[in-house]
Parts: sequence; C-alpha cells; structure tokens
Amino acid sequence: MLSKSQAKLFFLGGTIVTFAVFLILSWTSLSNEVPKRTHEENLTPQVVRGKQIWEANNCMGCHTILGEGAYYAPELTKVYERRGEGYIKAALMSKTPWSPRGRKMVAYGFKEEDANDVVAFLKWIGETDLNGFPPKPDLKK
Amino acid sequence: MKYKSQKVAYWFFALSMLLLSLQIIYGFIMGFAHMGFDNLHSVIPFNTARAVHTNLLVVWLLSGFMGAAYYIIPEESENELVSVKLAYAQLISLAIVGVIAIVGYHFNYWEGRKFLEIPRPLDYLVVVNVLTFLGIIVTTLFKGKKRTTTSLVLTMGLVFAALLYLPGMIWFDNQTMDSFFRWWVVHLWVEGVWELIMGGILAFLLIKITGVDREVIEKWLYVIVGLTFISGILGTGHHYYYIGVGKVWLIVGGIFSALEPLAFLGMALFAIAMYRKGEKKHPNKIALSWTLGTAIVSFVGAGLLGLAHTIPQVNMYTHGTLVTAMHGHLAFWGAYAMIVLAIISYTLPNLTGRKYYDTTVGLLAFWLSNIGMLGMTVAFGVAGVAQVYLERKVGLEFGDVQKEIQVHFFILICCATMFTTGIGMFIYEFFKHGRPSDEALIK
Repeated sequence: MLSKSQAKLFFLGGTIVTFAVFLILSWTSLSNEVPKRTHEENLTPQVVRGKQIWEANNCMGCHTILGEGAYYAPELTKVYERRGEGYIKAALMSKTPWSPRGRKMVAYGFKEEDANDVVAFLKWIGETDLNGFPPKPDLKK
Repeated sequence: MKYKSQKVAYWFFALSMLLLSLQIIYGFIMGFAHMGFDNLHSVIPFNTARAVHTNLLVVWLLSGFMGAAYYIIPEESENELVSVKLAYAQLISLAIVGVIAIVGYHFNYWEGRKFLEIPRPLDYLVVVNVLTFLGIIVTTLFKGKKRTTTSLVLTMGLVFAALLYLPGMIWFDNQTMDSFFRWWVVHLWVEGVWELIMGGILAFLLIKITGVDREVIEKWLYVIVGLTFISGILGTGHHYYYIGVGKVWLIVGGIFSALEPLAFLGMALFAIAMYRKGEKKHPNKIALSWTLGTAIVSFVGAGLLGLAHTIPQVNMYTHGTLVTAMHGHLAFWGAYAMIVLAIISYTLPNLTGRKYYDTTVGLLAFWLSNIGMLGMTVAFGVAGVAQVYLERKVGLEFGDVQKEIQVHFFILICCATMFTTGIGMFIYEFFKHGRPSDEALIK
C-alpha cells in the first residue's frame, strides 16, 4: 500500500515535472508562434493606445474579445470585418447610449482621435490567427 | 478554540459575510439587466456590476481563506499567532483596499482585464497586505511546536497564490500575451494553488470532524493535491485554444483538462471515505454537511461541468458564451464558497462557545443555497446552449439571440432568490452565534 512519503514524492515529482513542461511549452509558444500569429509587426503605437483605451474603460466588462470577457454584449474579435470602421466609430462616439437591439452601451462620446485608436486595435486583433475561432455558422441559410 | 489569537479569524469571516451579501446584490443587477430591465444603467452600467460581482467574490473568498489560516495555523502548529495587532491591521487594510476598488469601479477607475480589474496603484497595496498576512502565518508556523502536513499544504497554497498574482501585474502591448499571462494568475489560482488551500482546509475539517487518523488523511491529501497539479498546470492549455497561440495547446490542454475532474473526484471520494471510516462523529452536523457538500459539489461544478466544455471541438462553439457562466457559478460555489462556509460553520461554535450544531435554520441554509445554485446553473446552461446554437450554428445576430433567451433569466432570478434566502439564513446564524469570547477557550 502507498505510504505517506511515496504520496509526498508523487505530489512533489508530479508538480515539478508538469510545471517544467508547462514552462517549456509556454516559452516556445511565446517566442516562436505569438509574433507570427498576431502579426506583431503591425502592432503600432496607435494599436497600443487603442488597447489602453479598451482597458481603461473595461470594455471586457460587457463584451468578449478573443472569446474572453463578459457575455452581455457582442464578441468583438472580428467586429472590424463584420461592421467596418464607420459603424464602430459611431458606437464609440455616440453621446447617447448606443442600443441597436435594445440593450444599452455606455455613452462614451469619444473624441475622433480616441475612436480611431480603438478601431486600429480592433482591426489589428481581427487579423490574429485564432485556430478557426469564432466558428462560421454552418446552418446559416 | 485552544489559542486566544484564533479569535482574529472571526472578523475575517464577518468581512466575508458582508462582501458576499454585496456580491449577491450586484448579481441581481446583472440578472435583471440580462432580462431586459436595465433601469440602473446610468448609475451602475453592466461592466461596473460585473467587475464588482467578480471582485467581491475573490476578496470574500480570500478573506475567508485568511480567516481559515488564522484559525488553523495556531491549532496545527501549537502556537499563538506571532502578532494579533498586525493581523487586525491587515484585516482593516484589506477591507479598505477592497472598498476603494469597489467604489472606483463606479467611477471608471479600473484596469479592464477580466478578474484583475483592481487598478495598478492598489495592486501594490494588495501585495503589501498579502505579504503581511504571509509573514504572520509563516512565522507562526515556523516558531510553533509542530509542522503538520495539513498546515504546510495550506501555507504552500497561500504562498503560491501570492506569487502567482505577480504575472498579472506585467503590462503587455500584445493582447494575446496579456491574456496568456492573465491566465497564469486566474487559472493557476482556481485550478491550481487554491485547490491546495481547499485541500488543506478540507483535511483539517476531516481530521476534526471524522476523527480518522491524521496520517491516513494527510497521505491522501498529498495524492489529491498531486493529481490537482499534474492535471491543472498543463490544463491551463484549455484557455489557450483560441487566443492566438499555437495548436499544441489544443492537444495538451485537451488531454490534461480531461484529467482535471480526477482530482475533484479524488477529493469527493476522499471526503466520503473518511466520513464512513470515522468512528468518533463530531456533533456539528452543519459543518459536516458543508464539508461533504463542498467535496461533492466541486466535483460536479468544477470537474464535470468544466470537462463539459474544455474539449476543444466543443469549446470552439461555447468559448465566450453563457456556457462559461454556467460552469463558473457551480465551480466557484462548490469548490471555494462552500469550503469557506464549511470552515466558518465548524469554527463559529468553537470561537463563540455557542454550540448551534444542528439548528433547522442552519440546515435549511445549506439546502436552500445549494438547490438555488443548482437551479441557477441549469438556467445558465439552458440559456448558454440556446445561445451557442442560435448564434454560432444558425448565425443569428447577438442581440436577437439575447432577446430569445431572456426568459431563462427569469428562472435564473427565481433560483437566485432561493439561493439568497439560504445565504440570508446562513448569515442570520452567523450573527446569532455572537462575538468570539475568551470563555470559549479550552484549557
């Protein structure tokens, strides 16, 4: 029967081995794959400013991006492709709550310059290779 | 209780109860908003309610874990806490940082990263707070007479939890990198080191409640936390399927996530086996219910419902939908909320000297909150599956789909009302016990 010291060895050994594998996999992903898949060469200062505005206003508190966030408002990873620049800017610059289907968005009333930054961020993120996410609706007529 | 300084725990638990109540209120705000009643939008928009709801959860659980540590460590190491004053100062500063953060969320003062919304300047205060806490715990442990496996596992969990907070404080320009390291905090907390904390508290409770030999319980504790780390660390991969990192995570994440329920199954079987093996049953039936309950509900909520959508082919469709909220609610409830309520139920009579071991209200609190939460989980699940089908398969617009599933939020709110009644009863019992008293000391 298993003794307490064998059980301890199982815990410590298992943890160390899996953590080492995790670190190696993380390292290879981040150094080789992420720059290519996210097109890091397109990560301009404007995109970074867009990300800062995105975070400062907690957009993830309602929307998802890369499928992460809250489930109150639409997924935005491909919004640039889906809606285009004009629509996104209208939503961001609106002085009254944007509510195309009844559900209200906070009326941010952004300056055009800030709205452009957010659009640049959304355009950049839309080009990321996400292993096929979001899926194409295969029952759509 | 055996040591005077254990009384500190009571106040951490009281703070937990207060924050839990607030968390539920913000949950209702979101439930009503999903149903179409967003009358509070101009004062508390959804993103504020959401950040408050999840952050209060994290803070009340941490406060509960800290209270548990302040109770367990003196008893296990046979030593008074090294500084009670510092422990109270730490409690007050935790409450202050929490309040500033929560108020700030109402004024657009935050860092919009899911679960880690606390703004950067406050992050540093959190670090100082947690270091103080760990300082007190670790010094007490190492100055004590005994270093038991239970206390070491608990302390290890707390130390790793503090260390893993740090990757979340690094700024990345690239959203994929940002997300990658955010999961180091969030995933490795809840599916890693928090399970050590849960395992430590569970082992302590089982030793006290079932009377089974410590050596047996602690041996199995090692096996369970071993399984947790072996499956959970590489299981982080299930957050990396679709965020812009390589395909290797689809395989690694898929396989190791499938193993994650084993750790929880181990925990459930362990608790049940120890209960059946134990000859000397503790009269505290309420604590026993919560202890066995946490082991079983965490297996269902975290283990099975997690597995239900971490298979890559399924997650492709369910990623970023209400299906996640379904799993999230029962997982956090079963694994972490219930373990905190279990340790509170066990320690309160010992801290106050009032032995409400078997009250109807206390047992009703257990059943109503659990049935309510199960109902909420089902409502989220039905809404989530309908959302996945209509939006991701049929291709309807997000907003149109949300209108179709509004009705499920009515059911959700009904179940949440039942849940809240249960929690209300738990809090009523909490205050009925009165304040901790030196008369409750066992010489």
